[in-house]
Amino acid sequence: MSSYFSDFASLFEQFDVASAFWVNIQLTFFAAIGSMLLGTVLALMRVSPITSMRWLGAAYVNIIRNTPLTIILVFLVLGVWSQLQLNLSPDFNKNFFRYAVVGLAIYHAAFVCEAIRSGVNTVPVGQAEAARAIGLGFLPAARLIIFPQALRGAITPLGNTLIALTKNTTVAAAASVTEISALMKSMIEFRPDVIIAVFLTVAIGFVLIVVPVGLLTTWASRKFAVVR
Amino acid sequence: MPNQTVSPPTSPIATQAGETLVKIANVNKHYGSLHVLKNINLDVKRGEVVVVIGPSGSGKSTLCRTINRLETIDEGEITIDGNPLPKEGKALAKLRADVGMVFQSFNLFAHKSVLQNVTLGPMKVRGKSSAAAKERAMELLKRVGVDNQAEKLPAQLSGGQQQRVAIARALAMSPKVMLFDEPTSALDPEMINEVLDTMADLARQGMTMIVVTHEMGFARRAADRVVFMADGQIVEQNTPEEFFSNPQSERARDFLSKILNH
Repeated sequence: MSSYFSDFASLFEQFDVASAFWVNIQLTFFAAIGSMLLGTVLALMRVSPITSMRWLGAAYVNIIRNTPLTIILVFLVLGVWSQLQLNLSPDFNKNFFRYAVVGLAIYHAAFVCEAIRSGVNTVPVGQAEAARAIGLGFLPAARLIIFPQALRGAITPLGNTLIALTKNTTVAAAASVTEISALMKSMIEFRPDVIIAVFLTVAIGFVLIVVPVGLLTTWASRKFAVVR
Repeated sequence: MPNQTVSPPTSPIATQAGETLVKIANVNKHYGSLHVLKNINLDVKRGEVVVVIGPSGSGKSTLCRTINRLETIDEGEITIDGNPLPKEGKALAKLRADVGMVFQSFNLFAHKSVLQNVTLGPMKVRGKSSAAAKERAMELLKRVGVDNQAEKLPAQLSGGQQQRVAIARALAMSPKVMLFDEPTSALDPEMINEVLDTMADLARQGMTMIVVTHEMGFARRAADRVVFMADGQIVEQNTPEEFFSNPQSERARDFLSKILNH
């Protein structure tokens, strides 16, 4: 039994598990920012008074949300990068990392949009009417009155999207990014002797990353709730 | 029911003030098959206080909301100070800035302090400096008697206080006309008067007001003219004394008998 533990410990000498997880955290961080920005714009489009904008926003959400993330990432790498020779960075690894961030952001923006839109639905219609009544146009009313309240109402669904995003960073392996699931594949290949421990390591690592996100969103959704 | 529209009498104040500020001409509106506004014609003069009363579902709130285009109309024309209501966009926003609105459910911006509620419009719409907007806001909050609550959030105030803040918020835009859409209907009975007193003060100071309400006491006290609506039509309009003591239409007599004898 003790030899199993020493074998398990040697795993960490052989493979840089922490660095691999760090890549996932970085992917999560940048993709979260990207999807938040894009998702907010999409949500604005979906609640805008302009029919074509609403249609465009709805089309994006319905197409992207119903496409597997793997397809999006593989398309970006094989379709956009390989075919169109579009480099996001001269550095080979950074290029793939950035493609993964873009793909994750594109995909999760659809979910962020829907989370924010559900937040918009928590804002009473009277708030928008009062904003319009003092002479605010659509964008100022959205920026000053509706979205600040909608985002607070959307903290829980946004947190769920962030958790999904964190775990979905493992799909970046499809874009040739050496993150934890890519590393796990190597570990399984070269260390079948501790295969259960390999799975447990990765699973526990994700739990350790994701649990604080969940706690944080629960706390934040209470802390920033709009009192009515 | 016969449409017994009485020619609008001219109240003393309105005669002094003269020109028409809000003109509603041949306005029709439908909700599906329901004809909610039937050929409405109403002129409100500068400085005039018009109180619109009538049974629930008579279209009075809808009429009030069409004046700043929170409700669209199917036919007819509404002009404010000679300008027809723009359909949408910046021109509509600009016009709305000149029309103050007070809602039944207050609709104070829930995430902003009382003071921010009042300064937001002047700063973001009128481009006033923060200091000037704040000074004016404190003045208005003092006028409606809630200046000591300026830093609180709306949810921390009573309904009556919230509605007075809403009045201050509308006044901060220096509107040409104020619309009140059942401003006391959501209030506890003991808070109704503090709001009505604030409104009566405004009326005395010469603000042009269109007030949809069920408060007959306020209509008697502050109105220059009472407009009685039923089933989407203006059935009758008159000075408050004449209307309450001598209603001309059967519909108005029936309505008044139901609300005044209880």
